[in-house]
Amino acid sequence: MHLRFRFNKSGKVRFTSHRDVARIWERVLRRAGLPLAYSEGFSPRPRLSFGLALSTGYESDAEYLDARLREPIDFHDLPERLSALLPVGMDVTGVVEIPSSADSLQQAVTSCRWEVDVIGVDEQIAAEAVARALAATEIVVTRERKGKQVTDDLRPGVLALDVLEPTESGCRLAAELGTQPRALRPAELLNALEPRLEALVVRRTHQWITAGDERCEPLAIAPSPATSNIEVS
Amino acid sequence: MQAPSHAPHKVAWLFTYPDTYEIGLPNQGLQILYEIVNERDDAVAERSYAPWTDLEAELRQRDMPLFSVDTHRPARAFDILAFNLSAELTYTNLLNCIDLAGVPIRSAERRADDPIIAVGGHCTYNPEPIADFVDIVALGDGEELVGDITEVVRDWKASGRTDGSRENLLRELAQIPGVYCPSLYDVSYDGEFLAEVTPRYPDVPAVVEKRTVADLAEWPYPKNQLVPLTEVVHDRLNVEVFRGCTRGCRFCQAGMITRPVRERPADQVRTMIQNGLERTGYDEVSLTSLSTADYSDVQRVVEETIDDPANCGQVSVALPSLRVDAFTVNVAAKIKSARRTGLTFAPEAGTWRMRQVINKLIREEDLYGAVESAYSQGWRRMKLYFLTGLPTETDEDTAGIAELARNCVKIGKQYNKSASVTVSVGGYVPKPFTPFQWFGQNTVDELHRKIGLLRDETRRAKGVQMKWHDPKATLIEGIMSRGDRRLGPVIEEVWRKGGVFQEWSEHFAYDLWIDTMAKHGLSVDWYVHRHRTEPEVLPWDHLSAGLHKDFLWQDWRDALAEVGLPDCRWTPCYDCGACTGYGIEHIVASATPPAGGSQGTGQDLTGGASVPVTLSPRPSVGSLT
Repeated sequence: MHLRFRFNKSGKVRFTSHRDVARIWERVLRRAGLPLAYSEGFSPRPRLSFGLALSTGYESDAEYLDARLREPIDFHDLPERLSALLPVGMDVTGVVEIPSSADSLQQAVTSCRWEVDVIGVDEQIAAEAVARALAATEIVVTRERKGKQVTDDLRPGVLALDVLEPTESGCRLAAELGTQPRALRPAELLNALEPRLEALVVRRTHQWITAGDERCEPLAIAPSPATSNIEVS
Repeated sequence: MQAPSHAPHKVAWLFTYPDTYEIGLPNQGLQILYEIVNERDDAVAERSYAPWTDLEAELRQRDMPLFSVDTHRPARAFDILAFNLSAELTYTNLLNCIDLAGVPIRSAERRADDPIIAVGGHCTYNPEPIADFVDIVALGDGEELVGDITEVVRDWKASGRTDGSRENLLRELAQIPGVYCPSLYDVSYDGEFLAEVTPRYPDVPAVVEKRTVADLAEWPYPKNQLVPLTEVVHDRLNVEVFRGCTRGCRFCQAGMITRPVRERPADQVRTMIQNGLERTGYDEVSLTSLSTADYSDVQRVVEETIDDPANCGQVSVALPSLRVDAFTVNVAAKIKSARRTGLTFAPEAGTWRMRQVINKLIREEDLYGAVESAYSQGWRRMKLYFLTGLPTETDEDTAGIAELARNCVKIGKQYNKSASVTVSVGGYVPKPFTPFQWFGQNTVDELHRKIGLLRDETRRAKGVQMKWHDPKATLIEGIMSRGDRRLGPVIEEVWRKGGVFQEWSEHFAYDLWIDTMAKHGLSVDWYVHRHRTEPEVLPWDHLSAGLHKDFLWQDWRDALAEVGLPDCRWTPCYDCGACTGYGIEHIVASATPPAGGSQGTGQDLTGGASVPVTLSPRPSVGSLT
């Protein structure tokens, strides 16, 4: 049986790394007594796969995890049970069974929506920077990759960019950034804006799978009767 | 985990490990005491660790103090700051943590409203180098001590602390067996030698005895092992299967100061494993002790853990500190079934002669048997741990290390083409309360020469990798290992000049130590490389781990005469003092040694534990040469 979980990550626990989160999940699933399927070989590991890594320090409402089980289980109460075992700041907000043929999260997800609290600028300056970026035909950056300088155009990855509202120390932006072939990270975009903006809090609000004109979140790919997509406030 | 709840009537302990969170969190001693204190109605415990240099800079820049990781409470708000000292090179971090807490680093400058600075752990069997900085030293097992200390401090708090009362408090604490208050003793010197350490008051004990928990079964801690969210060293469940070791390895301070052997009942070990796995979600459990293969029920516990249906075949068992003569194919076959954990064997020395000197009585055949057991069960790599710079060591002994390693690889190649061994070599530092406490440590140059010799010997040996500990770090550890109170100003100055995290090669400041020693007119050679004589007053003579000094001296002479001594848990008593002095005994489930190897008897015991160790009379030794 293949299950897909959605969970959030906020507060102090956001300072745990992607690898730490993976280890936290392994322990939590074992504590919950789930019949995890293990890989073969010298060092068998539970067959878990996480989607796009969330940068350390970022918050999220939309993290996903696929877990393979040895046998079918009743999973309707899992969000509650697992949330009780997870650290403060991590809660499971949904779980569905997915077909074993489903694309991995890494392959399937096409974009992420982010909310970014930038500091030290007012709404107007931020709005100008956003407008300049959207008007540009290309946003070329150079970065180091495996010791070599490579140039990248970030513009195709910027699917949407807005100023949402003012905050106490600056303002909040919303951005939808593409993840294929390479996930564009909010920090990269902020660095490339004119003027360069600095983020205080970054929060992933959604991950989207787009196919043609249809767009759905990763839990929605399941055959609907088996879902248990509860909302946890 | 419940948040610690503070109250005015409660004694608040801040248990601090003076190294990073990643190193300190798994420390079992600290976790045990943390839990025991938190179970009390009259006390509360939190934890803290040394901030890395970047965090320290941020704290100092913002004028923020050291704080607890549990509730971010400032360290000064605690009644007792208790440090676990398991390595001498953390002493400057101890000072740094006290200073970051906003507490005067010198005991003499503290006032009534300053926290009590307490230390415990293996290093504190010679706390003299840090005597100026600590208020109390807890010697030995802490399970009972933390309760006794709590009660005295609780009553002192209730009586209203006044400025003059701090010394009275220390005097009262000094009444507790196992508590040493350095400031209550006067030290006098005769030239460069120590003359006397005497209590300043008649009610303060002339010799402070260590505390020993008689029965480990009464202390099944930690019951709730802490599970860190970030990765730490030893990131797994740890269950202590016994405390103490009487193999009698002469270089090993831990084995000498933690006597006698106290095994935990196998049923309790199993319960602790299963409860622990359920609570933590770990998939690996380490059975900890000074020599886990010696545990009477090791086979049973390993088998039952691996085979427990609740563990779904996914829980692996790690056995640290394996003696090669007790590691058998059966154990190897069992522990590999979930996941092959790393294997480290510690022959410690390269020749039988050298192993007799250090009383690590394992034959070459024992090592090869263990290594073959492991390779035959699919291991491709193992680690062999050795010491160099041991008393009477010759180049032949040193080169013997390479010879053993090459032979192990040869055995491995029969099972796997890519078989290899990693040889890890540490420079030997003589420790207090061991028969080698009188031995002059090898110089940095001599250790470098021996390591060079080994590198030459192993360079051409395919499948042998070599790692070694920096001889310069070995030297600085040596200064403090057997140092006295005159080192206090040196430690303070090295700390003031930024010498923190000295266990970390990127921060280790060798020249700073050497220059500071010279500046204070102290000779490294005198503290480290000089052989001590029998009548010399040692800085730790007013403390006791139960061991009679004449037992240690006799054992030192036996060592020089290359005479080994069998393990007293299975043979009659040598009267070292650790049992008789405290009216306690070994608690060992099996009257015979575990199966496998020779168990130091020179007999073939691979067939099983049915052959008891026979006694040979203890040879008398002539004069020391």
